[in-house]
Amino acid sequence: MTTGTALREPPRVSGGEGENAHLDELSRDPIGLMARVRAECGEVGEFTIGNRDVVLLTGADANEFYFRAPEEQLDQAEAYPFMTPIFGKGVVFDAPPERRREMLHNQALRDKFMRGHAATIAAEVERMAADWGEEGEIDLLDWFAELTIYTSSACLIGRRFREELDERFARLYHDLERGTDPIAYVDPYADIESFRRRDAARVALVELVQGIMDRRAVGPPPADGEADLLDVLMSIKEPDGSLRFSADTVTGMFISMMFAGHHTTSGTAAWTLIELLRHPDELASVRRELDELYADGSEVSFQALREIPRLEASIKEALRLHPPLILLLRVAMEDLSYQDYRIGKGKFVAASPAISNRIPEDFPDAHSFVPARYLEPREEDRANPWSWIPFGAGRHRCVGAAFAMMQLKAIFSVLLAGWEFEAAQPLDSYRNDHSKMVVQLEQPCRVRYRRRPGTGAAA
Amino acid sequence: MKIVVDRDLCQGHAACEGEAPEVFSVSKKGDLTILQPEPPEERRRAVELAVKYCPTQALSIVDTEED
Repeated sequence: MTTGTALREPPRVSGGEGENAHLDELSRDPIGLMARVRAECGEVGEFTIGNRDVVLLTGADANEFYFRAPEEQLDQAEAYPFMTPIFGKGVVFDAPPERRREMLHNQALRDKFMRGHAATIAAEVERMAADWGEEGEIDLLDWFAELTIYTSSACLIGRRFREELDERFARLYHDLERGTDPIAYVDPYADIESFRRRDAARVALVELVQGIMDRRAVGPPPADGEADLLDVLMSIKEPDGSLRFSADTVTGMFISMMFAGHHTTSGTAAWTLIELLRHPDELASVRRELDELYADGSEVSFQALREIPRLEASIKEALRLHPPLILLLRVAMEDLSYQDYRIGKGKFVAASPAISNRIPEDFPDAHSFVPARYLEPREEDRANPWSWIPFGAGRHRCVGAAFAMMQLKAIFSVLLAGWEFEAAQPLDSYRNDHSKMVVQLEQPCRVRYRRRPGTGAAA
Repeated sequence: MKIVVDRDLCQGHAACEGEAPEVFSVSKKGDLTILQPEPPEERRRAVELAVKYCPTQALSIVDTEED
């Protein structure tokens, strides 16, 4: 990669005069900062958080360089220091590609489990809506965050574990996600309120898991076929008969397994609904599509694995406009070059779904919600594999993407079959809170629901 | 027709094996083997579906001269 020709340093973006350089702006308006990097510097530009330079690459060509780079050049393991206090020491944020491939094949994300997962997810949606009555109001962040705690724990860990959880687990988990202020790039243990809550939440989650493990240790063994991942972990013993994995380690493993699929899916479900409410014609066409698809009485577990083009297009468009991860990071493990720019060893190197997904040359009318761009013959996601990057790309592409799409299709198959929705606040007032590295909806984000006429009405 | 794999992109999802098991094989560890690098013309439809449903767009077809 390194050549003898004269290389230039990447141009620096304006601003960043404060103590921690661009860190304040990153926590206030990260998308504005990154858009300015592209506007001022082009596809390679630099900003600084604390004392670390971040080389931001945007656009298809630069993204391809970024996503194709092997681990020895761009490493992910050290790029997310704000995750260490959440997972616990020794639980890695990400595994190397070979290990990821094995995980994909050996574990719950395998294709053959998908149908069972779809049935589980549909049942969890129905269960959470069971006490809705005829009409009412929900907060999208709270509701989808709790739902996806149940779905991800049931699918990834097992039904037996999921049955031990209630909204308490969801609230604690939310405190973990809120403890991701970018100040973690300077000090992951800074003495601030959200980090204190984060650490208290992790302690409380370990206690919760310890309680479950204590009950299982003295309780009857699981029925045939009902053992979950916790039973498996508890069956592994040290030579002296004690458990190999402590409650602390198990909790860290479970938190990390659920993390990638939790706030991401929850946020995408909320944004899909918000965008459909903003575009009633699209909502009507998705409803028509689902009504026709399920008119023969087919099961969600069957249809959610198949193509639902209009619904999928709306989900993809919500993902493009509101990607759950706006900034992907790696660390340069050696001196690198891209075009005639030098990327010095030790610098952060970043790609941004929030910026690349809206490049007007690739996505006409880039800031508008246009699901038709995914229908044949446009298929703008497939046509732009290096700039349509809500799931990343290349060897680190989200291994849960197929699971996520299935889950979202299952959620909307159930919700739109039984319920009508309308905004409970001005449509332009829904927005993301960008003050944390884990982006979530800003509250309030409320919608009203009403039971659809002729569907399962109470007697 | 000839099959081209972009190894930087393949994650071993095995969607290709599902569409065209005579042509693609994915091991338990997720390693892809092309059983028929130049599959016969009658497999074209199945191979096209494998290309279409590959979640990472790692596959493509290059037409060879005899096609």
